[in-house]
Amino acid sequence: MRIPIEKFITPDRKDSIKRTWYKFSSNPLSIIGLISVLIVTLSAIFAPVLAPYPESWGRWVDFSQACQPPSWKHPFGTDIYGRDILSRIMFGFRYDLLMAICILAMVVPTGTFLGLIAGYYRGTWIDTVIMRITDIFLAIPSIVLALAICALLKPSLFNSMMAVSLLWWPWYSRLAYSIASSLRNEYFVLAAELIGAHPLYIIFSEILPNCLAPIFTKMTLDVGWVILIGATLSFVGLGAQEPTPALGTMVSVGAKYMPDYWWMTIFPALAIAFTILGFNLLGDGIRDALAIEEI
Amino acid sequence: MSENLLEVKDLYVNYKIYEGILKVLNGVNLTVKKKEKVGLIGESGCGKTTTMKAIMRILPDNALIPNGNIFYKGRDILKMSDDEIQKIRRENISMIFQDPTAALNPVLTVGAQLMDVIKYSTDEELTKREIRELAIKALKDVALPDPERILKNYPIMLSGGMRQRICIAMALISAKELLIADEPGTNLDVTIQDQILRLIGRLVEERGISVILISHALGAVKGLVDKVYVMYAGDIVEMAPTEKLFSDPIHPYTQALFKTVPKLTGGGIPEAIKGRIPDYINPPKGCRFAPRCIHAMPICMKEKPPLKNIEDEREVACFLYE
Amino acid sequence: MNNDEIIQVKDLKKYFKTSLGIVRAVDGISFTIREGETFGLVGESGSGKSTTAFTIMGVYEPTDGEIYFKGSPLPKSVKKRPLSLRKEMQMVFQDPGSSLNPRKRIGQIIELPLRVHRLHVGRERERVKELLEMVGLPVDFINRYPGAIGGGEKQLVAIARALASEPSFIALDEPTSALDVSMQAKIINTLLRIQKELNLTYLFITHNLSLMRNVASRVGIMYLGKMFEVAETSEFFHKPLHPYTKMLLSAIPVITEEEEKIKPKRVISRGEIPSPVNVPSGCYFHPRCIDCMEICKKEDPPMVEVSTGHFVKCHLYT
Repeated sequence: MRIPIEKFITPDRKDSIKRTWYKFSSNPLSIIGLISVLIVTLSAIFAPVLAPYPESWGRWVDFSQACQPPSWKHPFGTDIYGRDILSRIMFGFRYDLLMAICILAMVVPTGTFLGLIAGYYRGTWIDTVIMRITDIFLAIPSIVLALAICALLKPSLFNSMMAVSLLWWPWYSRLAYSIASSLRNEYFVLAAELIGAHPLYIIFSEILPNCLAPIFTKMTLDVGWVILIGATLSFVGLGAQEPTPALGTMVSVGAKYMPDYWWMTIFPALAIAFTILGFNLLGDGIRDALAIEEI
Repeated sequence: MSENLLEVKDLYVNYKIYEGILKVLNGVNLTVKKKEKVGLIGESGCGKTTTMKAIMRILPDNALIPNGNIFYKGRDILKMSDDEIQKIRRENISMIFQDPTAALNPVLTVGAQLMDVIKYSTDEELTKREIRELAIKALKDVALPDPERILKNYPIMLSGGMRQRICIAMALISAKELLIADEPGTNLDVTIQDQILRLIGRLVEERGISVILISHALGAVKGLVDKVYVMYAGDIVEMAPTEKLFSDPIHPYTQALFKTVPKLTGGGIPEAIKGRIPDYINPPKGCRFAPRCIHAMPICMKEKPPLKNIEDEREVACFLYE
Repeated sequence: MNNDEIIQVKDLKKYFKTSLGIVRAVDGISFTIREGETFGLVGESGSGKSTTAFTIMGVYEPTDGEIYFKGSPLPKSVKKRPLSLRKEMQMVFQDPGSSLNPRKRIGQIIELPLRVHRLHVGRERERVKELLEMVGLPVDFINRYPGAIGGGEKQLVAIARALASEPSFIALDEPTSALDVSMQAKIINTLLRIQKELNLTYLFITHNLSLMRNVASRVGIMYLGKMFEVAETSEFFHKPLHPYTKMLLSAIPVITEEEEKIKPKRVISRGEIPSPVNVPSGCYFHPRCIDCMEICKKEDPPMVEVSTGHFVKCHLYT
């Protein structure tokens, strides 16, 4: 970048964080979302310590405990190999969250960067090239593309992650594009151009900070959706493979034993729903809290 | 008094925000008689719109009303049930907002929105044709050419002046007794603003309804209303018949405000009133204008001056006139 | 060309292609702005006065015509103008809310021009404080976000930013139309004081004629992309010639008796400014004009100089 803009002001973020928290916490649903997400995250991180039967996560068999219905000993019951479902769900959070984080780490910067560039150069060939490629990716039904890739390669967690990433970035590029191209008309962008600031400075220092709130919100909401897609792929047998305790795989395997051993499917499915709901409520709360208000 | 259509009595409104409690309205008193045209003027941020929103009962969720009454034909609006206030909003009082674009739904045609308003503004069962005819008549009343075509248009296809007229047409359907006009046409040009204000003036005259007009355009207020309330930082500081107020303002704030209006006769613009509108979290203890007032006396810092009748139809809240 | 002419606009045209047809936003206007003066441009919205300012600033590339800055032709687009030229010309916009990046501190906003043009290197922060003081804002605003200050204060920050690059010419596009009268007085007085101190030249755009009376040294009035009348301010208000000028002047709401006296006899304004896609034949104003003659419907009148420095474009005066 041509113009080094050091922040010469010591940022006083404390007050703005407090204000954001005040707005966030005034909506009880946001708090519920935050608590759910914390439960999921903490049980994922500390699964080896917290899980009542940590050995249940992998290839482990205890037929004496097989197919136990929910009880005090096994709150969510056990599966056909006698593994504790609650423990497996906690490990399942690990895989699903890890997958979501990896996917978003690939998807968000790529999509945002391309969208910002296209949005700033709206109406030029740069815009056309980037956005038409985006459109092509959006035009392919996502699940079909993911299935095709997973079927082509060996079904595994990594391959399913690659597949989901490939079909997810266009959403971020669309989002960044729509914000950037509308901000392009704001007077503060025009003022920076009249002053003579470099386009890269304008894109990253004037436009990007205004995109962060909606992108962050979408990221939070997307954690749920990425988990859902991952679960779908696992369910049809193209994602993580048994005995990896991915939630989708557990639902899929357990479904064979419905309705007699209902707990094998219902509890992992509820765990997926709980995670998605939590992230959605959290995302909504963050969106409202980060909205700029004039006083 | 039975002839009072609307009576706001000692109204306080606070907003709860992160930093604390904004004490915006500080005991507002305001009366509107039947068929009376009332103006409300003052700097932005002095609580004019808040007062109107309180009357319409459309304050945001974080607003609190610790004290005060709003009597509409003798009944307190603040104590009405939701159904009652909605009926009043549908049939008696209506408000025109500052921004005509934001007040119209961009995805529905003008006709659909207008006919909805007509349908719900009366208890009678109207046929579709009757509703349509009323809609066309409403558009004709606000001097819109070719109403048949406009009914089919989306708001974006119309100019700002036309949209503002549509908002007026809608408001007038529900305003059988009182119309609140919050800076109509402020964002439009002088000629269009002039047309809009004259239109409102003519329509309220014809229909014999009362109107509260809020505007920054002091000249426009002067040409339209019978009496004017001057508001500063949540207080009514002066009330007088229009002619008297403009020829002889007596509150120091009104005097200072009138001075800052650019004159067509030229001669530059006098220096603005020093300082800014007070911090509503910790407002000045006494008269809220005292810190900016050139006549401020010790008592002004301690006590709030009451709104006092000093002569016929003329009230002022200032210790200079004790 | 006189040396004191800082901006010269010659037969400037700016057309926009839209789905409805070609919009002639600015349609062949010429005027000059002299050094140290305030040239006022008035007209209803859609008259092309803002487009004129944006075209001079290079935000829009003119369709045709020339703009000279201090005698030399300006590159059409701001992107092709060297930094030294961008430094000389600045702009203040209509909407203070959108003029400042809500995610940046006031200090960072005013500092940008200093960084870009390498002015006051090493003491940028002190310079920002000086600029804040110059526009009459408290120095502690430096750490605030735009969301925490009022609309008028935002506009003063925008003015400070425009001043930061030490320009000689500033285009002011309706700088006070979104504000109330008391804030307007503060901003206008600040602008006029700074103009005197720094010998700045202003292009001042507003639809508020009373304000124009007190700000501009010369006034031009625009209608549908054409300039209808140009005159010294006092002449413009005391001896308006064009029927459109008279109509606008008579519509101004005023609050005192003295003002009422100098207003022309009330000409009831009728109709709205026509769509710029579908302009009337002949003189664009004829459908709304009370003095409309046969020739007005057919021929566009030429601009004539009626008395020294007073130009008018109307068949009544040819």
